[in-house]
Amino acid sequence: MAKTALCEVADQDLQASMAAFFRSLLALDEISAVMVPMHLPAKDMVMQTLVTDPEALDAVDPLAPSFPMNAARLVSRLTKRPAGGTVAVVLRPCEIRALIELVKLKQGLMDDIVVIGLDCPGAFKNTDYRKFAANEPETATGRFLKGALSGETAFGDGVEVPVACRACTHPVPHGADLSVGLFGIDIDKTFLVSAETEKGEALFEKLGLGEQEPPAKREETIESLVAARTAFRDEMFEKIRENTNTAEKLSAYLAGCINCYNCRVACPVCYCRECVFVTDVFDHDPYQYLRWARRKGKIKMPTDTVFYHLTRMAHMTTACVGCGQCSNACPNDIPLVELFTATASLTQAAFDYEAGRSLAEEPPLSAFKADEYADVVEITH
Amino acid sequence: MDDFEPTIIAFVCNWCTYTAADLAGTSRLSYPTNVRLIRVMCTGMVDPKYIIKAFLEGADAVLVSGCHPGDCHYINGNYKARRRMKLLKAILPQYGFDEKRLKLTWIGASDGIQFARTIREMVAEIKTLGPNEAKHAAVV
Repeated sequence: MAKTALCEVADQDLQASMAAFFRSLLALDEISAVMVPMHLPAKDMVMQTLVTDPEALDAVDPLAPSFPMNAARLVSRLTKRPAGGTVAVVLRPCEIRALIELVKLKQGLMDDIVVIGLDCPGAFKNTDYRKFAANEPETATGRFLKGALSGETAFGDGVEVPVACRACTHPVPHGADLSVGLFGIDIDKTFLVSAETEKGEALFEKLGLGEQEPPAKREETIESLVAARTAFRDEMFEKIRENTNTAEKLSAYLAGCINCYNCRVACPVCYCRECVFVTDVFDHDPYQYLRWARRKGKIKMPTDTVFYHLTRMAHMTTACVGCGQCSNACPNDIPLVELFTATASLTQAAFDYEAGRSLAEEPPLSAFKADEYADVVEITH
Repeated sequence: MDDFEPTIIAFVCNWCTYTAADLAGTSRLSYPTNVRLIRVMCTGMVDPKYIIKAFLEGADAVLVSGCHPGDCHYINGNYKARRRMKLLKAILPQYGFDEKRLKLTWIGASDGIQFARTIREMVAEIKTLGPNEAKHAAVV
């Protein structure tokens, strides 16, 4: 059983109390830096920030409904070689799961970090966050949490919790060393801190957190939240499968794609240094376009759109954690997360694998055995 | 449908299935001309995108064929090919590419007869299945 404590929230100001919590964490000798979302002065953007000065933590706001990128990529950068200190990284559940995938794909290490996970009520897409925070950036997080924790998804003016978050069945961090709980907690008074690993327990002791049980309704709240999201997700899968079940329908679904590859850049688990789609392989000669057009009568320009998305599905869906950054990054609002999570559910099921579930499970395409999957081999006489 | 002649793209490994195809030829065995052989050094180098591209360009079926388990020239390339086949068979049927159009077989270097029979059977099966609909769709 994990050790848990209820940390007091002073003056109903969760943000200030979180700042105090991170300040006490950074004061520990073991922790050299904290990477945590913080309000940046210009334009009120909330971005991950690497902080070493405890006095510079006032503007931290890890629960802001802003999710400009999946920070697993940043952790991968911070850990590819020893950094000379331990960094506490504050991550949403989908960021932790993406990080687990990246570590297994040899794109990062867990050794020099402490993962602080957050209960995640979701976060807006970038354009929606700017709209929501405009005029009143100070109150944005409070307004959001109040609604989101009681199950609201629409926040007026067309601002809503994105599909990826509403379909996410992992609202509680898994794989963190320490986690911060909000569900089923009266966040005007307290927030929950629990130690999930040995590393986490050591910090828990050092921080001098008392031991209190979480309120009984926490488990219940989480269960009903997951049930509702699972139902939403299953319905979404059914709809997307119906809408894309032929090559023609898939092509129509992706018709607005301009091959900007933002979805791939934003994807935390698409980790190739150079994607094949930006290499000379796809730098076609002009005569090739004409030849293709002649053969079919017409071709969509730019070309290779469906090819790109199907290839990406083959290359990354076994590691897809459904964070929704692909949809967030699309300039033409193609609903990509529906497509990719639906495909990921098929490919991960095929290998009895779940992205982000465990550091111990090998990624499906990194492992193989002599005797397996006879079902995909034609019997030859 | 009687005049439908399918196009089958076959990725065959240098060491086993390509050699078997060669043997079929030198043994003067006959098999339908619907198949376009692409010789690769190992089935383990067949990236899923090659297969996806073949289907999007209108191939009616794709065959990947290499060495029997345990016989791979590179020790385990065929096991990797098998995992990728498992992966593609989870993805492609969802987007309208019938699973029957994608096949993986093991045909050893001495199996010229087997190679010719596999192609004959595959062509017959794809003829009954009809053409890949993506061929004429405005899909790129």
